[in-house]
Order: sequence, then structure tokens, then C-alpha cells
Amino acid sequence: MNSTTVIVGASLAGINAARTLRLQGHVGSIIVVDADSERPYDRPPLSKQMLTGEWEPEKILLPAGKEDLDLEFRLGVRAKAVDLGARQITLEGADGTVANTAFDSLVIASGASARRLPDSAGIAGVHVVRTLADSLALRAELEAGPSRVVVIGAGFIGAEVASSCRKRGIEVTLVEAMPLPLERILGAEMGRVCAQVHIENGVDLRLGTGVLQLETETVDGVEKVVGVALTDGTTIATEIVVVGIGVTLNVDWLEGSGLTLDDGVVCDNTLLAAPGVVAAGDIARYPSARFGRMLRVEHWETAIAGGEAAARRLLAEASGETPVVFDPIPWFWSDQYDRKIQLAGRPMPTDTCVVVHGSTDEFRFVALYGDGDRLTGVLGMNRPRHVIQLRALFEEGASFSEACERAATL
Amino acid sequence: MRIVVDFDLCESNAVCMGIAPEIFEVRDDDFLYVLDENPPESMRAKMEESVQRCPKQAISIAED
Ligand SMILES: Cc1cc2nc3c(=O)[nH]c(=O)nc-3n(C[C@H](O)[C@H](O)[C@H](O)COP(=O)(O)OP(=O)(O)OC[C@H]3O[C@@H](n4cnc5c(N)ncnc54)[C@H](O)[C@@H]3O)c2cc1C
Ligand code: SF4
Repeated sequence: MNSTTVIVGASLAGINAARTLRLQGHVGSIIVVDADSERPYDRPPLSKQMLTGEWEPEKILLPAGKEDLDLEFRLGVRAKAVDLGARQITLEGADGTVANTAFDSLVIASGASARRLPDSAGIAGVHVVRTLADSLALRAELEAGPSRVVVIGAGFIGAEVASSCRKRGIEVTLVEAMPLPLERILGAEMGRVCAQVHIENGVDLRLGTGVLQLETETVDGVEKVVGVALTDGTTIATEIVVVGIGVTLNVDWLEGSGLTLDDGVVCDNTLLAAPGVVAAGDIARYPSARFGRMLRVEHWETAIAGGEAAARRLLAEASGETPVVFDPIPWFWSDQYDRKIQLAGRPMPTDTCVVVHGSTDEFRFVALYGDGDRLTGVLGMNRPRHVIQLRALFEEGASFSEACERAATL
Repeated sequence: MRIVVDFDLCESNAVCMGIAPEIFEVRDDDFLYVLDENPPESMRAKMEESVQRCPKQAISIAED
């Protein structure tokens, strides 16, 4: 392939797409654009080792970003619009200059941004955790030794931030609007187990409670957060609020491009969104035959696999080879306190959930999810080997009952 | 090719074991064991995949 490829997003999906393109024979120029001016870095440590202070930024640089792959990085540069007919992308530099760049093929890997609370912009002490700058800003305030941190949202990021604060000995109030944490992902039974993990680790967990408003004070012209008023009528005094209420997808630059945008960039089952245009990572929505529905997966491993697959898709298009279907088994981990949670598959919260190994009382177990006799998920807490071994059952097409039998032999 | 695991970084999440169980094994003590530090050349693709997919960047390949 000797042509110009533009990749928007120099994070996990984009950088792995670039690497695969180059290593698999793309000889033309590969331009990697990212609005973030940092060298490509890994995000999972941002809520974990970076917040606890165990790791420094140097340690989270993505390995592929350090390899000599002859990539043309344009960091601190934002994609503003794309014209697929004219094969031109509009880029805005950090200094505000706008210029068009021509391309033959395009990789969309612009991922997601953290959702913020409405009307919270510019209030000191209110944080999200998505970028290195976010993580370093929060860490600096944690180092000042606050008496309490209020974390809003008990999803994976919120839970990890709570955990990192507890490791520093800081009191934490964790506020979740739903009756149980992670219920929409893991179901009620496992949501209860996750709630218990927080409580065992000394977190003040407030479930089924929303945020009414942030209480602020203005000192020397700076508006600072001083408390959080909750819908249950209580107010919690705090100097630091961390908001973990999900993401918004970075699709603004694709509006009007003609691509189908529907909770992500809609692709076919090979990650192709339009001729010569592929998408990967958090932003890509694709049909999964394995799970019988459209999926958009916000996991680390899927971003790598998607970046690689999207690159291969472009190469196949150029060479006329038959493209490969993208349908991996979603898998992710989350580190909370001394527990490692791993989930393989994509269960629905209403699926049957059976503990097949260990016990939830010890927070060391494996549970399987099934929809009828279809295996939909493998969840483990501090049982990584079992999760990885049972994940292979998806490939083998094992049924839920077969998976339960197999789990008993591990 | 020699497989080097930085055990200070490894967190025993068994990702490598999922890719190449012939080489990597996480046992019941929750530690990772490298079963063959000098895997045959035929395993190179799987070893490179393990390097890329290790969330802790704990695996490297030494050529000696
Ligand atoms: C704090 C945190 C912890 C996580 N922990 C885990 C974990 O433990 N396990 C797990 O499996 N997953 C975890 N994840 C999820 C995982 O990191 C993501 O799935 C992964 O980063 C997705 O990669 P991506 O390349 O698709 O998108 P992103 O990582 O979102 O990257 C998109 C890039 O595009 C750039 N960009 C956006 N818009 C534009 C534009 N218009 N022009 C130019 N550049 C643009 C952004 O600056 C960004 O660098 C975590 C995520 C976060 C934030
Ligand atoms: S993938 Fe990496 S962290 Fe996980 S067990 Fe293997 S070496 Fe250790």
C-alpha cells in the first residue's frame, strides 16, 4: 500500500493501527493526529498507579509510540472536519491555524472524552480522569492531603479512583445514582458484591442517590468546590470532587461527513465505515455475530485488537484480499483495592448468573452468565487464570451448561 | 529467542497464558511461571502478541 493514511487519535487504537499498517507493508506516509500534545500513553494506569503515585508518566508511554515506525506525528492538532469525497481532513493546530490535509485512507480512532457534570466548568477542585493531564491534576491535589474526596459514579473509573484514594489513606464518599454499582453491566447479584468490596475498604457508599448541586465558594476570584448536595437531602463537605459518570464519544468532527453516527461510528463486521475509511477502539460500533447485536466496546484489549484489525482491513482493501471479520471476545479488567475484577464476554444484566468457583463472601470467585443455554459472560474476582481459561469456551462455542461443567474441573 | 518477564511488573492477569499456554502458566498460587524460556522459532508470532497484549508491559523478547 503506497498512499497517504491519516489516523485521528494517537491512543491505543490509533497507534496500534499505525504499527500494523507499517509492519504489514504500508510504505506511504502515515500521519497520526492527536489533540493531546503528550506522547502516546496508556490510560488504565491513570486511575490506578498514576493516582497512587506508584508510577510516573514516563512509565505509561505506549511501546508502539516509542518504536521507529516512520510515523508522522501531529500532536496538539485537532481534526475539525472531514470531506470524504474530496479526501481532505481539516486540522487545527494548537495555535489555532487551520489547514487541510489530503489522504487516501482514514482511520477513525478518536475515542471518547469524560462526561462532566453540567455547569461544573471552571470550578476548582472538580475533576474527571481521562487524560494524563487530568490524572496529574487530581494527583497533585491528592498529595496535598485532603480530608475527603467525593467520587460521583461507582462505575469502573469511579471505583478505581475511590480505591486509589483509600490507598493514600484519604476518606472517600462514593455516590451512585443507581441502587447498585455496575448493575447494568454485571447484574444485581454481582453489583451487590462490588458494593460490599467498597464498604469493606472503608468507603462511605451512597447508593440510589443523585447529585443535586455542587456547593462552591469564591475566594480571590477563584470559584472552588466546598461540598456536594445530594438528592437525599444531605450535603458532604469536600474540597475534591471526581466525576466518573461515563463518556461522550469524540464524533463532533465527523458530523456532516456522511458517515453513519449512532452511538459511535457505525461500521460493518470488518470495521469498515466507508470505502477507505475504518474505525477502531471506543468509538467503533460493529455487528457482532457472536453476541447477536451491535457492539461498541470500551476495553483496552479491544482497542488494540480493533486498531490492528482496522489496519488489516485497509490493507486487504488495497490488495483485493478477502477481509477478516472482527468479532473478538470482549475482555477487561479493573483493579479495585486488592481485588482484580475481570469480565470476558458481554452479559445482559438480566442473564442468569451462577457462581461456579470460590465464594463471593471471600471476594475470590468465578461466576458464569447465561441467556438460556447460551454462555454470555465469565466474571472473576481475583481468579484471573480461571477467567482466561474459561474465555476460551466462547471460541469453542460451548453452551452455558457445558461451561458450568468445565468450570467445575478447573 | 529468550522470553524475559519482569516479575516486578507482572500482575498475574494471565493474558499471556490465554495466548500461549505452552509457555506461560499462572498457577493456583497466583504467580506466573514461564514454562519454556527459549520457545521455538515457530512460536514467535504468539510471543510477539503476548508482548503487545501484556497490560503491564512486563514481557520482552531477548535475541541471544
Ligand atoms: C482512567 C481510565 C482507566 C481505564 N482502565 C481500564 C482497565 O483497567 N481495563 C480496560 O480494559 N480498559 C480500561 N480503560 C479503557 C481503555 O483505556 C480504553 O478503552 C482505550 O483507551 C480506548 O482507546 P481508543 O484509542 O479507542 O480511544 P482513546 O484512548 O479515547 O483515545 C482517543 C484519542 O483521540 C484523540 N482525539 C479525540 N478527538 C480528536 C480530534 N478531533 N482530533 C484529534 N485527536 C482527537 C484524543 O486526544 C485521544 O488521545 C480505562 C480508561 C480510562 C480513561
Ligand atoms: S500478561 Fe503480563 S502481567 Fe499478565 S501474567 Fe502475563 S506477564 Fe504477567
